[in-house]
This record gives sequence, C-alpha cells and structure tokens, in this order.
Amino acid sequence: MDYGRSERPAGAAPLPTAIKILIAGGFGVGKTTMVGAVSETRPLRTEEVLTETGIGIDDLSGIEEKSTTTVAMDFGRITISDDLVLYLFGTPGQDRFWFVWDELALGALGAVVLADTRRLADCFPSIDYFEGRGTPFVVAVNCFEGAKQFRLDEVQAALDLDPDVPVVLCDARERESAKEVLITLLEHAMKLREARRRAAED
Amino acid sequence: MTGRGDSAEQEWVDDHAGPVVRPYAVTGGRARPVTGTFDLISLVTSTRTDVGSESGLGPEHVAIVGLCQRILSVAEIAAHLDLPVGTVRVLLGDLAARSLVQVREPRATTAGLPDEHVFEAVINGLRAL
Repeated sequence: MDYGRSERPAGAAPLPTAIKILIAGGFGVGKTTMVGAVSETRPLRTEEVLTETGIGIDDLSGIEEKSTTTVAMDFGRITISDDLVLYLFGTPGQDRFWFVWDELALGALGAVVLADTRRLADCFPSIDYFEGRGTPFVVAVNCFEGAKQFRLDEVQAALDLDPDVPVVLCDARERESAKEVLITLLEHAMKLREARRRAAED
Repeated sequence: MTGRGDSAEQEWVDDHAGPVVRPYAVTGGRARPVTGTFDLISLVTSTRTDVGSESGLGPEHVAIVGLCQRILSVAEIAAHLDLPVGTVRVLLGDLAARSLVQVREPRATTAGLPDEHVFEAVINGLRAL
C-alpha cells in the first residue's frame, strides 16, 4: 500500500522495497555483533513500548492501571540496490516477547539462529519458534574462543534438527563469515520455497 | 498515564518513567496514527525539503521531515529520534495525512515468501559487498 504521494514530483524514482532477515539466538550469543559485522552502519536500536499484558502493541489507551515495558531491538541495514534494502533484526531475547517476534517474523525472508556450543539449549526456543511458523532458518554456530569444537553433525543431532536445515560454523565478528551465513540462509530459503511450490502443485 | 492515586504515582517516580511519558506527550496522547499502518521496515521519504511554514506540526514532525530527505525505514526514524516505534507511527500518520511524506510498505507480507528474483538479487548484492 502506498499513500501520501500527492506532492511527489512526477517522474521521481519509486521508493525501494524493504525486506528483512532475523538474527535470533540466546542472550549474549552475538546477535548484535553479527548485525554490526555485515551492516553498512553501526547497529541501531529501536524500542517498542508495550503494556504488561502484551495485548495490543502500542495501544496506550486505558493503561492507567497497567505498567508498561520496553522491548529493544537492535538492527542494521544493507542497501542491496536502488530498489531493494535489506534489514537485519536481532530478536529480543526474552521468551515473554514472542508477540514481538510475530511482528518481526511476518514477511521475513528467513532467520539465522546463532548458537553457542557452551550453551546450546539457549537456542532451542528460537528453533522451536521458526519450525512452528515455517520460517526458513539456518543454525550458525558462533565459534567463541575457548569453546569446545563440536562437529556440525553432532550439533545437528543435539538440536534434533531436520536434516535439511543447514548448520554452519561462523565468526559473528567477521563480515565475510556473516555474509556467508546470510547467503547460506537465502539459498536454503529458495530451495524451501521451490519445494513448497512443487508440493502445492501435486 | 495520569498518575492518579498513590500507587500510580509511585509507578512514575522510577528511572523508567521518563521515556514513557514523553513519547505519549509528543503525540498529544494519541496511540494510533490517523492513517497508515507503518511496518517497522516501511520506507519513508519526505516530499518537501522544508515544512517550517506548516502550522500544527511539532518539532518531532519537522525532525522526521528533515531525516527523511533520504529514504529511511520506520525503525531507523525511531532509532534516530530515540522515540518508541509506536510514537513514530502516530507522527508519520500526521505527515502522511498532509502528504508531507511518501511511504512504501514492505512487499506483501501475507503472500508467503517473495519471488525468486528477490532472493537472487539479495544473494548477489551480499556477494558484492
């Protein structure tokens, strides 16, 4: 839906389209680090103010009797072309903010679930969420110094992942590494999209 | 929000009170925009370079028009102004109603995953970084 364009000069270039990818995972796993590694500027932070019940995001009417809470999201931007802008959103970590995830996941190309092998269980909720939603995702094992090195198939088994879900090693601080993770995700999402299209045709 | 009664008043004396009260005041107590939905990644650009002569606009409205001389997402506007996204949505609604900003909503979010060429464009774009 476009609106408010009446004073736009005739012949002006159309606005680009925005798309997004989510970076999920447990607290302290490196989500914002990865966003910053690959974005064109330092990560920005945006906040949603919510009522305690979590119903009706941004609805401030009648909140006299409720306390409010603020959910912060770190994000970054990559200008792909004149007509395509990619945003990377780090998901808020706390489980009670799932309804914020719903807003973020809507229309997302896919998600990167960052994992730390020292605290592998921290990424279970993210994986459960994206599996349940049917959002394409990959698991990227952030290689912290001092962390025990696991084989990727061990991680895959430990996470009880569908064998089609890519599991890759990464260094969330490194631009090239973060880029590779995103490309792996997009290729996986394309395959999934094609498979679903075929399944719908049968 | 009015601070009626002792318990409500106590809620607003802690450190977290400020950021909530001010955005609410910025919008004149309004919680929803007069027009538009404004996704986090809706892209916004100003249609004018200067709105100093427009009456009824607050400093935050003017700041948004200034920021959006280049194309920015709703999330970026909120981050730069250090205001909650909900507040920025209300302000953007005011500006859209006056045709002072042009808004491009993200690609249809209900139609599932986008076209193959979008994926290919992003992959190629990332490789070229």
